[in-house]
Amino acid sequence: MDDIVSVERLRVEFPTDGGTVVGVEDVSFSIAPGETVCVVGESGSGKSVTSLSLMRLVEFGGGRIAAGEMSFRRADGSLLDVASASASVMGGLRGNEIGMIFQEPMTALNPVFTIERQLTDGLRLHKGLGQAEASARALDLLRGVRIPEPERRLRQYPHELSGGMRQRVVIAMAMACEPQLLIADEPTTALDVTIQAEILALINRLKREKGMAVLFITHDMAVVAQMADRVVVMRGGRVVETGTVTQIFEAPREAYTQSLLAAVPKLGEMQGKVLPERMRLIGDAETRAARTAIAPRKPEVLLEVRNLTTRFPVKGGILRRTVAQVHAVEDVSFTLNVGETLALVGESGCGKSSCGRSILRLIEPTSGEVLIGGRDIGALNAFDLRRARADMQMVFQDPFASLNPYRRLKDQVAEPLMNFNLSSGQELASRVLDLFDRVRLPREFLNRFPHELSGGQRQRVAIARALAVNPKLIVADEAVSALDVSVQAQVLNLMMDLQEDLGLSYLFISHDMAVVERVAHQVGVMYLGRIVEIGPRAAVFGSPAHTYTHQLLSAVPIADPRKRRFGEDLTFKPITSPIFPLGHVPAPSTYRAVSPGHLVLTTD
Amino acid sequence: MRRFLTFKGVVGLTLLTLIALVAIVGPLIVPPEAATAMDMTARRAPPSLRYWFGTDQLGRDLVARVILGARTSLEIAVAAVAMSIVLGLPLGMISGYFGGRTDNVLMRLVDTLLAFPALLLALTISAVLGPNVQNTIIAIGIAFTPFLARIIRGEALRVAQMPYVEAARASGTTDAMIMLRHVLPNIMPAVIVQATISLAFAILAEAGLSFLGLGTQPPAASWGLMIQASRDQLDIAPWTALVPGLAVALTVLALNMFGDVLRDVLDPRAK
Repeated sequence: MDDIVSVERLRVEFPTDGGTVVGVEDVSFSIAPGETVCVVGESGSGKSVTSLSLMRLVEFGGGRIAAGEMSFRRADGSLLDVASASASVMGGLRGNEIGMIFQEPMTALNPVFTIERQLTDGLRLHKGLGQAEASARALDLLRGVRIPEPERRLRQYPHELSGGMRQRVVIAMAMACEPQLLIADEPTTALDVTIQAEILALINRLKREKGMAVLFITHDMAVVAQMADRVVVMRGGRVVETGTVTQIFEAPREAYTQSLLAAVPKLGEMQGKVLPERMRLIGDAETRAARTAIAPRKPEVLLEVRNLTTRFPVKGGILRRTVAQVHAVEDVSFTLNVGETLALVGESGCGKSSCGRSILRLIEPTSGEVLIGGRDIGALNAFDLRRARADMQMVFQDPFASLNPYRRLKDQVAEPLMNFNLSSGQELASRVLDLFDRVRLPREFLNRFPHELSGGQRQRVAIARALAVNPKLIVADEAVSALDVSVQAQVLNLMMDLQEDLGLSYLFISHDMAVVERVAHQVGVMYLGRIVEIGPRAAVFGSPAHTYTHQLLSAVPIADPRKRRFGEDLTFKPITSPIFPLGHVPAPSTYRAVSPGHLVLTTD
Repeated sequence: MRRFLTFKGVVGLTLLTLIALVAIVGPLIVPPEAATAMDMTARRAPPSLRYWFGTDQLGRDLVARVILGARTSLEIAVAAVAMSIVLGLPLGMISGYFGGRTDNVLMRLVDTLLAFPALLLALTISAVLGPNVQNTIIAIGIAFTPFLARIIRGEALRVAQMPYVEAARASGTTDAMIMLRHVLPNIMPAVIVQATISLAFAILAEAGLSFLGLGTQPPAASWGLMIQASRDQLDIAPWTALVPGLAVALTVLALNMFGDVLRDVLDPRAK
């Protein structure tokens, strides 16, 4: 065996006040040179604990390797028993023979040191290079990860770089000592989809060129399909299934792997279909088979947005005067029909969230009109606006932060009802019960506090709260992004059921193209505050007309190992800044109709 | 209730009960004269069987004085801190929640008060109002308000930016209700911690005022007054400082332990 890494029956325990908690148990896998092994699992599956154990970093988190063997083949060919190696041996290994990439590129870099200092530290420590040699090598490394203007980057601090560039620097640091093994723990989870595509392509190229092995930790099955040679599926601290990537995706043996894969939307799978369809869930497939597609309705306009513009002041100088403006939403117009879903997609900073909040007047738009059922929301005074809020509700991204930790769930769901004096006493209690039933939450949860629930359950509470006042419009701002894939599928199906039953309209704000493809009737692609392309979902996904839409769609990882897209180096046009000097008058948005209802921005 | 049953909780609660008992029941058992009666034959007597804690420079029994002083000291401290919460909580909460101009105006006001040392402020207020227990409470209460307001504002600012506050606003909750239902419970932990710390400082502030002739009037006893009186005999009669000093330290310790546990008990996540 000349595997670089072999892990046998690993067991990691975390001693706590309440007894010993087992982090992972009976985990075995191996990695051959030049191979990418993806460890995939939902939150709490133990995938990170596994990778941290391999680096012996798990001890810093209070864990203990209780049993099992881990061996690592060093550069000189000798086998090292990682589980029993001394701290100093491990210190010489980490960053030298094992490179690491973490999820959050901002926190993985030290904000007070220049890029040069951070890149050269490891080289001087592990390789004993002098300052000049190390600097020259650092420059090479930055070139290797294809950062534009590498000479200038060396003298910059982390905050001066974009998220994608930071992650490239982190990868350059990991590559600095030419490790035999690269461990990447969710390296692209915090990144936008085009930057993710670039980073994945970069990791692939470096692996090919240097012949190193990669241990890739992720929750995203689509990324696994794109990256892995072999896959380790984990759940609850145990290995569910191991196999080559084609085996796992095409002939999964275990029920868990099957249900995980079923819940993953695949970009392109809705081709030729007009209406949104519910997510596939193994287990209740039979009961839902007849009602996958969302039934069409008679078109009737609910929400009309005309020339909506929102700008934020940028303050500067000692007098805190407005020196520039962030053009968050720029001349956006669209309509949303009763019982339909309009998805706003785009990357971070494109203005999709600001657009949703401006419509609800959670932030005040600079200009433009928002009409719900013919009534101009923008013209309402504070009192009438509060009344009008009964028609339009919101579901937020983070189910952990959008519920008050100090209030019982029934009180939080009842709050909108109490606000509008819609019911009280016995009637209120039974309405809250109905709402819990509607979002399929057990009634025992009524008196619980948010921390006692899982993420998916909390998001159901948030949906129940939004439903309480029978709204017509729900703005769902990345409402399923923080959820595990199987939970995400369940919540999406719940939302679609509610849409069909109650005639709800959703403004579905998301960065996830594959999810949007399944749930949306209409899609608006946003870029720098403007909608660059809008139209029926089938038209926008099937025949994208704007270059940015093309770029976005080509960057999405597809959950199919036979459709690999990140073999070659990719560089997308970086998004420019939405900050303009005071008094800048942007051109109005003008559109060209590609086909009926399918519009493409012609403004530059 | 079970969550009080930690080491910290049991010790803190027991100590606090004992101290409160002394402050409340003490004056019923120990006659007031006992604290002022002078024994000129036993001035600065070290602790003995007759005088357990010793006597001060006027030959007064420190046991009686520390028991009777407990009442005065704690009464003033608790009332003053309660007053600073009543004033500082709405001030800080409104400032932090609304932000912008409201925040600017209120916080400049608070900053102005903060520019004066708390004791100087209390001294001025007390001097204007005249020396008695009520006025001492008012003086310390006002002097402590800016500190509390500042901390509460910071917390309210943090909570006001939480998504659950935005969620409440989106569902039509009025600002007053958001502050009551969402902001207040979430800033309570900080208020509790700050209040327990303030209590200790209030005991000492009362001492300072008494020393300057504005707080408790001699010959009545308070812990602060006793500590101040001991200042020029530390070398020959250290017990005169140690006895009231330990009383203050023990109270502060008990309060901090209790405050910590109270915060945990109120947090639904710590179940």
